[in-house]
Amino acid sequence: MSNTGIGAPVRRKEDFRFITGQGRYTDDIERPGQTHAYFLRSPHAHATIKKLDVSAALATPGVVGVLTGDDLAKDGVGGLICGWMIHSKDGSPMKAGAHPALAQGKVRYVGDHVAVVIAETLAIAKDAAEKIAVDYETLAPVVDMNAATGKGAAVIHDVAPDNRVYDWHLGDKTATDAAFAKAKHVTKLDLVNNRLVPNPMETRAAIGEYDAGNDAFTLYTTSQNPHVARLVLSAFIGIAPEHKLRVIAPDVGGGFGSKIFIYAEETVCVWAAKKVGRPVKWTSDRTEAFLSDAHGRDHLTHAELALDDKGKMLAMRVHTKANLGAYLSTFSSCVPTYLYAPLLSGQYDIPAIYCEVEGIYTNTAPVDAYRGAGRPEATFVVERLVEVAAREIGQDPAAFRRKNFIRKFPHQTPVIMAYDVGDYAASLDKALDLIDYKGLGRRKRDSARKGKLRGLGFSAYIEACGIAPSAAVGSLGAGVGLWESAEVRGNPVGTVEVLTGSHSHGQGHETTFAQLVSDRLGISIDQVAIVHGDTDKVQFGMGTYGSRSGAVGMSAIAKALDKVIAKGKKVAAYALEASEGDIEFKDGRFSVAGTDKSLAFGEVALQAYIAHKFSGQELEPGLKEGAFYDPTNFTFPSGVHVCEVEIDPETGVTKIDRWVAVDDFGVVINPMIVEGQVHGGIAQGVGQALLEGAHYDASGQLVTASYMDYCMPRADDLPSFRVDHTTTPCPSNPLGIKGCGEAGAIAAPPAVINAITDALGHEDVAMPATPQAVWRAAQKAARLAAAE
Amino acid sequence: MAMTMNGEAVLPAPRETVWAKLNDPEVLKACIPGCQSLDMASPTEFAAVAKVKVGPVSATFKGRVQLLDLDPPNGYRIQGEGEGGVAGFAKGGAKVRLEDVPEGTKLVYDVEAQIGGKLAQLGGRLINGVAKKMADEFFGNFAKAVNPENAGV
Repeated sequence: MSNTGIGAPVRRKEDFRFITGQGRYTDDIERPGQTHAYFLRSPHAHATIKKLDVSAALATPGVVGVLTGDDLAKDGVGGLICGWMIHSKDGSPMKAGAHPALAQGKVRYVGDHVAVVIAETLAIAKDAAEKIAVDYETLAPVVDMNAATGKGAAVIHDVAPDNRVYDWHLGDKTATDAAFAKAKHVTKLDLVNNRLVPNPMETRAAIGEYDAGNDAFTLYTTSQNPHVARLVLSAFIGIAPEHKLRVIAPDVGGGFGSKIFIYAEETVCVWAAKKVGRPVKWTSDRTEAFLSDAHGRDHLTHAELALDDKGKMLAMRVHTKANLGAYLSTFSSCVPTYLYAPLLSGQYDIPAIYCEVEGIYTNTAPVDAYRGAGRPEATFVVERLVEVAAREIGQDPAAFRRKNFIRKFPHQTPVIMAYDVGDYAASLDKALDLIDYKGLGRRKRDSARKGKLRGLGFSAYIEACGIAPSAAVGSLGAGVGLWESAEVRGNPVGTVEVLTGSHSHGQGHETTFAQLVSDRLGISIDQVAIVHGDTDKVQFGMGTYGSRSGAVGMSAIAKALDKVIAKGKKVAAYALEASEGDIEFKDGRFSVAGTDKSLAFGEVALQAYIAHKFSGQELEPGLKEGAFYDPTNFTFPSGVHVCEVEIDPETGVTKIDRWVAVDDFGVVINPMIVEGQVHGGIAQGVGQALLEGAHYDASGQLVTASYMDYCMPRADDLPSFRVDHTTTPCPSNPLGIKGCGEAGAIAAPPAVINAITDALGHEDVAMPATPQAVWRAAQKAARLAAAE
Repeated sequence: MAMTMNGEAVLPAPRETVWAKLNDPEVLKACIPGCQSLDMASPTEFAAVAKVKVGPVSATFKGRVQLLDLDPPNGYRIQGEGEGGVAGFAKGGAKVRLEDVPEGTKLVYDVEAQIGGKLAQLGGRLINGVAKKMADEFFGNFAKAVNPENAGV
């Protein structure tokens, strides 16, 4: 291991500019002649627009344009798309209602886009928006998922008369029912996976610009995947062909999934730039972010687990209602289906699984991928079921899990996934040791003496990352391939630029990707630049989400580096007057085997460009190679998190006293960055479990639309984490990486709720387990105890 | 989101006077906090413009107000809806009942309203407090208006 190579805890190169205020985010960019956009949004959850009069707004001094859905239609601008086709049980395709970027006759959630005002300043645009007269005829709002599909519910999209997007299933129903029929014990649970707002630190923003001389557009935007944005804006929405549209995603301050999607605002900004002939900028304020960023989670689930007389798992049955909001967002359809049900086997050998999922329209903001995307929801189902089952049959939850762990690999689950490698017992053993499981009884007694309730909860999670083998996801309905690309440019002086299709919005690519180059080429990370986020610079790419940048993005770079080294050997052979077969490359030097003749990487790079030692017939000059890497399988990070809580039954306040995380991420590039990812993920998972919840009232108003009502986790809500690892390298990619970006958010919620329910002695606690909810549950626990 | 409020006020005037003032747009205009105009479209229909501030949201509401279930001089139902532009909307009504009491007339009110948009998003926690304050202010003004000693109001 070199001091900047794979495995080194190198400090993040990008942090200097971030912590000195020199980051360059979309809102920092000012274009000449720039105008400002303000979106008039619907205050109603469900209404038809009978009349929309923008004339007074348009006449306001300083206003350069007011555009509506009619203008979009006149220009033939297409609607926003959902890029993953899901088929219902009966084979029918999902019912995707039209999703215009500006409303065309109807609004479907509070925050839906009615019109855009473009003006010299944002203040003028806002004032002018007050002058737009909209005559709404309100319709009955559809908010509750159970009521949405019932008789008499208002219809949100005509294509889905029962408000069902799809009624999908996975697994073998017959085999599952048969296993349940012979079960000795069945555990049943009803679970709510609470709705979350993503809340990246930087809100979304966009600047659209049109160059009339070249008939070409540029869009600066907060995107996790600028090439996908360009593809969708070109091929589906029809703004401009790809060679006439440049998408730049500069520094981006967090995404958590919410910046994968192609939204109305950036679509309108780039289209409007040509309409008004000037650059158009929009930056979301925090309320707009609450209203219109795609939300996460929001499932209602009934789940059952069948056990034999020895406590071996026989089968699992799951029925989930997934709220998809008022429109299908870019990847929303796959989140509660193919990113959810295939993870229901968890770490366990379960012979039969059957899962049904109803995707449901409601008059709420669209719901799509949020850190973990489907896998936190699956893990919550599995780990709550498993914990409750162990308690019901009187087995130790750790021993019960160990007994049911998958031990032989590869393992084909009954729900698509073929797990390649893992050692679940190793993570569990280490976690038990680190949490001092043996001392739990003593700690519980100590807490009881203080009038407190102590509980411990496990979460043995698995996730499918490294998204994804293109042919496999294509067969499941994906509209795109999920490979990644890289280009490695060796410069004549021996420095290296890597152009990657991955995108960093906090992950630290500029450091970790440079560590791979440093490791392979034997040069310092200071001699490496990582270029990303600009479709005019980078060849193509699928972006960053699903913990894929290491496993897929870096594998592409590794492939390109192999090609650079192979080319370097050819150049070195000419330069050293040896045969190519005798050239070895090690520690940054090309040498002739068995001699002391060698050249450093930089010297070979120079030779490759000056091309004095070989002719053009023999070898092409230059040292630049590209690669596309398509994974052959998903990767399967796994681990065991253990949460220990102490509850004050008088106030309902839950204090997280201990947290142990033992993760198996395969090979780790930078342990410091990985630990940071784990910390952040746990914090987000604890946020879901204890604090966060997006709530629409019965009329469809979002009543948690600010930090007064939506509680984010803070440092003092969290303990000092004990983070450790076990390692089984991933066999399906050249680096052995599994991915780490989402693990904490996936593992944490069931660990917290299992700990709280252990402390209280009953299972009736829903997320977020706020002090009020826990206090009520503690009162119930006291009543139950009194009744015994 | 829904907002409910109820209460009562004792007014130093006979029921007939209170009833007459409750149907007088000039009196209502003077008493409603922030009311900029109240124009009669018919004896039971008004067009109103009022400026309201709820926490960080300040808006000018334009709306229609209707008087229903008129039962002189015992009470009526007042129903209306207003659009506050970017700030959102409010709609709803109040049942008003008048009773004779030794001090004059007791007015009992029962308000049910729906608010939406920015008012609900940012003002949700504040709306009940603001509504109560506005009601107190209204009845303070109205008590003065019905007091025969202030016949000029």
